[in-house]
Amino acid sequence: MDPVLDIRGLTVAFGRGATAVPALFGVDLTVQRGEIVALVGESGSGKSLTGFAVTGLLPSGAQVTGGAVRLSGTDLRGLSPAAMRQARGRRVAMVFQDPMMTLNPVLRVETQMGDALRAHQDISRRAARPRLVQALADVGIADPAARLRAWPHELSGGMRQRVAIATALLHGPDVVIADEPTTALDVTIQGQIIALAQGLCRDRGTALVWITHDLAVVAGIADRVAVMYAGRIVEDGPVDAVLDAPAHPYTRALIDSVPASHAKGTRLPTIPGRMPGLSDMPPGCPFAPRCAHAAPACTQAPPPVVQTADGRAVRCLTPLVPVAERGAA
Amino acid sequence: MVEFILRRVLQAILVLFVMTVLVFFGVHVIGNPIDLFVSSECTKACVDAIMANLGLDRPVWEQYLIFLGNLMAGDLGNSFTFGVPAMSLIWERFPATLELATAALVIALVLGLPLSIHAGLYPDSPVSRAIMALSMLGFSVPIFWIGIILILTFSVRLGWFPAIGRGETVDVLGVPVSFLTLDGLHHLALPAITLSLIMLSTVIRLTRAGLREVLTSDYIRFARANGVRETRVIGWHAMKNILIPIVTVLGMEFGSVIAFAVVTESIFSWPGVGKMLIDAISVLDRPLILAYLIFVVTMFVVLNLIVDILYSVLDPRVGRSAR
Amino acid sequence: MTAPTLGAALCRFVAVPSAAIAALVFAAMVAAALAAPWIAPQDPYDLRSVSILDNLLPPGEVAFDGTPYILGTDGQGRDMLSAMLYGLRISLLVGLASGVIALAVGTLVGLVAAFRGGWVDALLMRIVDLQLSLPTILVALILLVILGRGIENIIFALVVVQWAWFARTVRGVALVENARDYVDAARGLRLPPLRILFRHILPNCLPVLLVVATIQMAQAISLEATLSFLGLGLPPTRPSLGLLIANGFDYLQSGRWRISVLPGVVLLVLIVSVNVLGDRLRETLNPHLRG
Repeated sequence: MDPVLDIRGLTVAFGRGATAVPALFGVDLTVQRGEIVALVGESGSGKSLTGFAVTGLLPSGAQVTGGAVRLSGTDLRGLSPAAMRQARGRRVAMVFQDPMMTLNPVLRVETQMGDALRAHQDISRRAARPRLVQALADVGIADPAARLRAWPHELSGGMRQRVAIATALLHGPDVVIADEPTTALDVTIQGQIIALAQGLCRDRGTALVWITHDLAVVAGIADRVAVMYAGRIVEDGPVDAVLDAPAHPYTRALIDSVPASHAKGTRLPTIPGRMPGLSDMPPGCPFAPRCAHAAPACTQAPPPVVQTADGRAVRCLTPLVPVAERGAA
Repeated sequence: MVEFILRRVLQAILVLFVMTVLVFFGVHVIGNPIDLFVSSECTKACVDAIMANLGLDRPVWEQYLIFLGNLMAGDLGNSFTFGVPAMSLIWERFPATLELATAALVIALVLGLPLSIHAGLYPDSPVSRAIMALSMLGFSVPIFWIGIILILTFSVRLGWFPAIGRGETVDVLGVPVSFLTLDGLHHLALPAITLSLIMLSTVIRLTRAGLREVLTSDYIRFARANGVRETRVIGWHAMKNILIPIVTVLGMEFGSVIAFAVVTESIFSWPGVGKMLIDAISVLDRPLILAYLIFVVTMFVVLNLIVDILYSVLDPRVGRSAR
Repeated sequence: MTAPTLGAALCRFVAVPSAAIAALVFAAMVAAALAAPWIAPQDPYDLRSVSILDNLLPPGEVAFDGTPYILGTDGQGRDMLSAMLYGLRISLLVGLASGVIALAVGTLVGLVAAFRGGWVDALLMRIVDLQLSLPTILVALILLVILGRGIENIIFALVVVQWAWFARTVRGVALVENARDYVDAARGLRLPPLRILFRHILPNCLPVLLVVATIQMAQAISLEATLSFLGLGLPPTRPSLGLLIANGFDYLQSGRWRISVLPGVVLLVLIVSVNVLGDRLRETLNPHLRG
């Protein structure tokens, strides 16, 4: 069966022509039906940009310059704006980072959810109502009929994010892209939202791409994890394998710098230096300047993707786990 | 909320009081109106009689107190030239001005919103640049000059529209209006377009800037991510956010439009309060000038007050919290 | 950010063609206005040189003393070209004078508000808010009704409607600058307050003030023309562009549109060029200015 989402060699740049600054350097990511994939990286690594490229909602000035994005087999790059709109909400939906900003402050919840429902379904406002009430009930909102009439500012952050999730799931999309949907929430609410999203997607067979910078979240939710660094996916594999024995030095460093994974009383290791900016990208591996395992060859050219023995993809010349025999990949 | 409204009302009353003092004492500095009414053969006694009749023989502060007292009762004295209460003259002329200003507002919105939405959506297109350049012109070129060019082009040269007067009117609830007759609309066109230009550039600037800002917001992105149609996203989700500041500013500017109607009305001989003011100034009809100024200032202050209160009601976020 | 040299700033300023053209046009108009007494064929204020018999002549006719009426004559027999040159002179004079006085008054008020703070600041800013909330034309109209016609009166009225913009701008910049480290350091060195003011605060206000002043000047010229057109501004003996347009307005219907339109075009070009300059100044000097 086709994967629901298949991103191949996706490149995105800001600006046009000679002054264009590339921001994504050939992102490959495949998501199977019903799979939950965590896309992990620091801010500026391009993980949100990847999400926006999939929905065709790149910020102004940015455009896809190469590669392909296939949603259940159709290449989104070939779609007309009208066909792209048809795909949004029905095949791919999005949940955003800050629930305070996601809902339109001057429209009632009902108007916003109703518009999303009516975008793909010829249904009167009145007939839409029970559907919306049910959708709110499904995301665990108490007294959904009353909440439906509420203004966004009358709802708490967690409640708003539930509304956003309910809206995204209205048409049962193939894949939902969640862009750090819990970072702006209280810790107790975070857990609830993660459990909610995970449960709903599992029940409905919806694939979920969970964009986050928080490795602690990854372990709890995902089947697979893809680690991004400076506009590239540097490691991609099953969540347990990656977290237990990271193959890329960057993944290792990332895991080590999580306070919870660290032994008490010793100094918390940090990654020296900072991620290169878009305009000062080094010619070789972008992580090489900060990497403890870097070899001279690392600074020459970007490393190719290699397969590890247990089937992970890693972009590194000096991976930390055994690589597959040549030809096996 | 109640406290907020109360405070604003008190402020408004204070402003009004200060304005009456300024305006009254100011107007009393201008030339002696007696000269206009009294023939040169008139004796001292005759002059005194007229002065006493008009209340001009008393000290200025006493005149002010009388004026203030009468003001409370809605009486601003009789016009020197017409001999009827100044306030009734204003009420008689004001509907024409209000109609002109409202027509200008409608034109500004009907023209300005589509233009500025285009300029906001495609900021770099040549059409958008032209729109913004024109809006700068509208902002800086005096409207009397635009009125003259319109008269010259559409009235004198092409003969499409009349340049003078109000045309045929019909009474609606006892108030004569022009816009319901073809002839009236015909007369209304040029002055209303002229007057609309002040608001047009405001509408264009505000809407364009607001749209540019709102379009980058997460909630617009969210609506789009859900597949909501562009017409709905722009026309309702984005516009509803922009309309609140636009309504606020236009509400405030409506006072300016009434004031600028003085210019438009004199060019097009539109029989409103503005033309009446210019006529009154040329013959130093003091009560009438005073009545106009008090009337317009009051209207302006009240308008501001209403807009402020409306704003806190309209925007669900402001809601009950005072700004 | 480094402060650009004056020359470099100038180069950047005229890099946009519209700004370069506007600068040229404006300079030419100022030169023509200054030179009016020498280049104008006739002194329109000198009643002996004006013959009412020559009224409403088309361009190309010749006066009794042999001077040609290049642009014809107006309703009172004045040479249009001369009247326009002198009118431009007055319009510019009123615009500049009111702008400079308003700038001085506004800067003073803004600085006092920023440095005294407390209730002085609160009171002054309340007045500024009130002033800015009233329509300019209404305030100017009231003042001129009270004061009557006259060049000093219209300048006074224009100052009243303009000063608040300068006061608000200066106060804003001064508050920001005052909180800067180098001003603190200067104060630590016990430099005299006036020296801090003139060496540190005012130079930083200058770019913004220049932008506001340019935009206000265009507004002032426009407002003066409007008031003069209504017969409230300048006396008929010293017509500004606005009054010339008003005089010609009576002949509009009779087909002699030239009398109204010619001074109108001069006024239009003047206002637009000043506005283009102001816009460009804003772009080069201060991208964050409100309004």
